[in-house]
Amino acid sequence: MSYAVRSLAEGNRELIAFRIGEQEFCVNIMSVREIRGWTPATPLPHSPGYVLGVINLRGAVLPIIDLSKRLGMKPVEPSARHVIIVAQVRSKIIGLLVEAVSDILTVTEENIQPTPEISSDLERQYARGILAIDKRMICLIELGALFTDAESEAA
Amino acid sequence: MDMNEIKEIFFQECEEQLAELESGLLKMNDGDRDPETVNAVFRAVHSIKGGAGAFGLDDLVAFAHVFETTLDCVRSNKLEPGPEVMKVMLKSADVLADLTNAARDGGSVDSSRSSGLVKELEALAHGEMPAASSAPAPAPAAPVAKAPAASDDSGFQPIPFSFDGFGADEEPAPSIFEVSFKPRRDLYSKGNEAALLLRDLSRVGEMSINCIMDGLPSLDDLDPEEAYFAWKIQIKPEKGEEAIRTVFEFAEWDCDLEIKMIEAEQAKPAAEELPMIPVPFDLSALDDGPEMVAAETVNAAVDAAETATRVSKLAAAKAEKKESPAAAAAAAAAAAAAQANNAAGQTIRVDLDRVDRLINLVGELVINQAMLSQSVIENDATGTSAVNMGLEELQQLTREIQDSVMAIRAQPVKPVFQRMSRIVREVADMVGKSIRLVTEGENTEVDKTVIDKLAEPLTHMIRNAVDHGIESPEKRAAAGKEPEGTIKLTAKHRSGRIVIELVDDGAGINRERVKQKAIDNELIAADANLTDEEIDNLIFAPGFSTADKISDISGRGVGMDVVKRSIQALGGRISITSRPGLGSTFTMSLPLTLAVLDGMVVTVAGQTLVVPLTAIVETLQPEAQNIHSFGANQRLISIRNSFCPLVDVGRILNFRGTQANPVEGVALLVESEGGGQRALMVDAIQGQRQVVIKSLEANYTHVPGIAAATILGDGRVALILDVDAVVAASRGQSLKQEMSLAVAG
Repeated sequence: MSYAVRSLAEGNRELIAFRIGEQEFCVNIMSVREIRGWTPATPLPHSPGYVLGVINLRGAVLPIIDLSKRLGMKPVEPSARHVIIVAQVRSKIIGLLVEAVSDILTVTEENIQPTPEISSDLERQYARGILAIDKRMICLIELGALFTDAESEAA
Repeated sequence: MDMNEIKEIFFQECEEQLAELESGLLKMNDGDRDPETVNAVFRAVHSIKGGAGAFGLDDLVAFAHVFETTLDCVRSNKLEPGPEVMKVMLKSADVLADLTNAARDGGSVDSSRSSGLVKELEALAHGEMPAASSAPAPAPAAPVAKAPAASDDSGFQPIPFSFDGFGADEEPAPSIFEVSFKPRRDLYSKGNEAALLLRDLSRVGEMSINCIMDGLPSLDDLDPEEAYFAWKIQIKPEKGEEAIRTVFEFAEWDCDLEIKMIEAEQAKPAAEELPMIPVPFDLSALDDGPEMVAAETVNAAVDAAETATRVSKLAAAKAEKKESPAAAAAAAAAAAAAQANNAAGQTIRVDLDRVDRLINLVGELVINQAMLSQSVIENDATGTSAVNMGLEELQQLTREIQDSVMAIRAQPVKPVFQRMSRIVREVADMVGKSIRLVTEGENTEVDKTVIDKLAEPLTHMIRNAVDHGIESPEKRAAAGKEPEGTIKLTAKHRSGRIVIELVDDGAGINRERVKQKAIDNELIAADANLTDEEIDNLIFAPGFSTADKISDISGRGVGMDVVKRSIQALGGRISITSRPGLGSTFTMSLPLTLAVLDGMVVTVAGQTLVVPLTAIVETLQPEAQNIHSFGANQRLISIRNSFCPLVDVGRILNFRGTQANPVEGVALLVESEGGGQRALMVDAIQGQRQVVIKSLEANYTHVPGIAAATILGDGRVALILDVDAVVAASRGQSLKQEMSLAVAG
């Protein structure tokens, strides 16, 4: 998995860290458009379980993904305290439901360790590396890998 | 800005020039002899040629050059733009458009088409009439032909000119004029009165008058303060055309006025003897007042060159006289009028995305304003505060902004109609028919998105009308009709929608054959008893084509069913009425914009859904005795002795696991694409509302059973039901059970 580390740009990069349950994750700050509070979503018929529905973001219809469920973990029961990270994935804008945003991290390439050899396909698919900061373990997620073209074709 | 961008701008301008060219040629084809029209046509070709030269588009330059040369002959009155000449001109405009497109997209144009036309154009430029012409060719007067060489540099055009008026020996012959007087809507509000104008006109000379009431709307849409009537007047003024103009002097800007000389009683026979062509000549530049001298003829003996000198001397003499204040005022007025004309046509090219963004933002503004009002009302019970006043004003402003923003995207249907005239020409040529396209209301405005999607179904219908609708000239003659067929294309607004009518004067629908064909194709039972109307509408059935043999033009495997579907996809409806032997009329009713939809807001399993109003035939409250179980899960509802399947929308969309009790809900009777009726069960109706359509695909993916989304007044998203998909699902083609997420694009 060392190619993933090499593919990162030189020098410092900023990441947004957030919490789902007991775990911490982070995404590249460049793909994040805004962070906003939870608003009830309009459910979509015949959609996968991790699609909570759509909300209105200043006139655009935005799908909301329960990131926990998408990562194969326990679904989140959304409440007013939850947070939606509005992120751009290729040409589309999606909302990611997470428990809370915890940090903005400035890291260099050396801080990012390659993902350990693990058996699960799902984790291998989205994890682009692991950061160890103040004894915390933060997993760097590649959103593009989480929502692939292949999936859109299957739909 | 790199070369490609400059080139792109050139091609965009070409498109405008080509549109100008075509509309000018069509005007000339209809008998417009205004030198300004000819000039505009010439200018369009000339600027295409100039730009093409700069980019080294040699084919385009070569063709434009020949075209321009021939047009120049028309401009300098060496060539009379008769029907045969105009036919060549129109074809040349088509080829010029093709060449331009080929230059842009890198395609190629059939060189035999252009080279053939080049020969015809050159022949015309050399004063030969097309071989096919049976009309007596007006021989170009030899002296005139010499003149342009002398005048080219100065830009001065020799104009044949009558001296009759100066001799004052004889009175100008009384002519008959046809005056078309069409008041604009606001005529009365500007303080004019049509009746008074007509009364004044009656004093000018003998006249007969016809009132045209076509523009009269239905009583509901009638605004009693606006003008709807138009008049066609034939008049024999004792003092010439000027007298007619004087009557309308103060109403000129509030009406569409057209004054045409249809007959000059004494001048006519003289004109036939003379080789010269009558030319309207505007004396206003020379004289003190704006004065129009009607078309006159000039003595063939007068050498054109000599005429030119005399006219220029005259002009010089008049110029000296111009110190008089009256002349100066007239000149100023003319200049102001010219400027006003320019101002009216000023436009700006804007990227459609930007307008869409603006429309989105305004939509948001409207929703926000509604939310704000709501919370103010909840928190402030006094109701008279300054806040309330401000809110009311805000509401008014937002509504006005919304209207104006929507109007930005509105465009006249003219470009589409103009494209149709080309299709009529081409197809009529191919099948050897002579057909005239008459368009009306081409300035009717519709949203750009609708216009773009209108072209395809319209093209198909026009092809059909030319190929199947109108009979061959021989058949028409045998039926006692004019050999030339007419197709009329009209557009008008009617109660918030645009109605487009396509009328042909062909043979109408052969009902026997249509019915037989439908029986053969097992669309209807052999013993079915159908009304004429039902038979006519069979042509919209999928897989139906009345042509016995497949022709190049319309037999491309697409039938009227495709037309119907594309109209329905636009949120419109299409119907046909046909009278055997007299022709057919297709009527399309379309929404003015695709951004907004008339919807029925309903509740299904706690969710708010919007059902497009165009799909709904009626709504009804089911009663227990009308509900019948059918088989294991099916239920039917009886409506006026027929049985219609009940479809539970909540169940089909997976919003609930079990079927709802129909008696507790409301049934929406809908008509689907396939023509079948279904009763869609919803829990409750909230009301009708115009909703702004938002794409789901932009950030998500297509959802089966859902056409799009919209945003309600409370800021929440509501889904718009795809009625056709739901009906199809109820037929057993189930909506996809589970989809994986498709956020990536």
